[in-house]
Amino acid sequence: MTIALASVLEIHPQVAVRPEAFGALAYHYGNRRLIFLKHPDVVTVVQALHDHPDVQSTLSACGVTQDRWPSFIAALTSLETSEVVREREITG
Amino acid sequence: MSAKSLVEEMKRGLDAPICLTWELTYACNLQCVHCLSSSGQRDERELSTDEAKKILDDLRDLQVFYINIGGGEPMVRRDFFELLEYSVGNGIGVKFSTNGAFIDEEKAQRLAAMDYLDIQISLDGVDAATNDAVRGEGSHAMAIRAMDNLKAANFGQFKISVVVTRHNVSQLDEFKALADFYGAQLRITRLRPAGRGADTWHELHPTNAQQREIYDWLLKHGENVLTGDSFFHLNAFGEALPGLNMCGAGRVVCLIDPIGDVYACPFVIHDEFKAGNVRDEGGFAKVWKQSDLFLSLREPQSAGACASCGAFDACQGGCMAAKFFTGLPLDGPDPECVAGDADEALSVIARGSSPKPGMDHSKPITLTRKRLPVGA
Repeated sequence: MTIALASVLEIHPQVAVRPEAFGALAYHYGNRRLIFLKHPDVVTVVQALHDHPDVQSTLSACGVTQDRWPSFIAALTSLETSEVVREREITG
Repeated sequence: MSAKSLVEEMKRGLDAPICLTWELTYACNLQCVHCLSSSGQRDERELSTDEAKKILDDLRDLQVFYINIGGGEPMVRRDFFELLEYSVGNGIGVKFSTNGAFIDEEKAQRLAAMDYLDIQISLDGVDAATNDAVRGEGSHAMAIRAMDNLKAANFGQFKISVVVTRHNVSQLDEFKALADFYGAQLRITRLRPAGRGADTWHELHPTNAQQREIYDWLLKHGENVLTGDSFFHLNAFGEALPGLNMCGAGRVVCLIDPIGDVYACPFVIHDEFKAGNVRDEGGFAKVWKQSDLFLSLREPQSAGACASCGAFDACQGGCMAAKFFTGLPLDGPDPECVAGDADEALSVIARGSSPKPGMDHSKPITLTRKRLPVGA
């Protein structure tokens, strides 16, 4: 899946995120994989995904400046591949 | 952040362990000659069910994602399933190691019905002769029966856990084939001179030529074979093996023993590496976050005698426990240093003069002989 500013994402329901000094550890209870989130700002964004309509509004709300958006899109793409985040199902 | 600096971050320690081993009991139906915890007889100070649940509450609060349960044989505890269910119910996944003696058809079905559960069946030889010489008569049949039962119950992908010795290095391909047959995952780990293993290590540990064989085999099989990152001392051969290339003791790893003592890792049950006890005020969290031992292990460690060796970045000087129990200095080469840098030092250490394991729960020899495992 290609992640874009308009993507609608959430933390995968089988993933737990534990903040650490370097960022956070994420653990996927389904595939038993441990993933490293290597920057605190990425952690903030990942945890805020659910509260905003899409990636772009999440980045804005978290105070991520526009010049850094491409690197966050890359980070989210990699996290989607490792199933830390996934496409959010729109209900109702 | 590069992989290297991530490892540097990990060396400074984490807010909670990512690999916590909890030996539930020192009681065991077997008497393996290399047992890391010198298990056999139950310790009367063993943690009660309520105390064990209190630890699980603490681990949940610390957001420990999963725990590795071992022993002894953990399934001999009457509250084994109760603790398993309590742990999983609190979001703490469980991987437990067992010799398989108690996985009958009914237990296999019960285990298969649980989520977030991994099982490691210990097996140290593909044939009974090789396995039973280390793990005891009848133990091969015991493990195979357990694996058959798990397969029949559709448990899914359990793990076959092998301690590599000089007698089974040549069987690595056969172990892999056996794992494939069961739809299981193969895990091989390094033999440590800990517990009763301190007495048998000199006879059992792989030869220098076999170390190369293990390294080549692991490179070939990559991430399809689990190792617990235990062979990082072999990275001095060249290309790094998959995994974190570092000693995690007290930084990302620790051990809780059956009476609640907390050690830096599962291979160092000795006062020198005891950080505290979960029964102390503040419980496990305080030991993990504040014990003098763990804080000192998170300080930069000296390369010591290895500082001038070009391979130090690759092997990190090897395993602290392996050095300690063979009587070698902690800031020098690993006893299985692939460059042979420990050979001379090892040769002058008198057998029997190296540190003894902190506790011994082995059964008296007469008792062991009388209680040969009941046949299948």
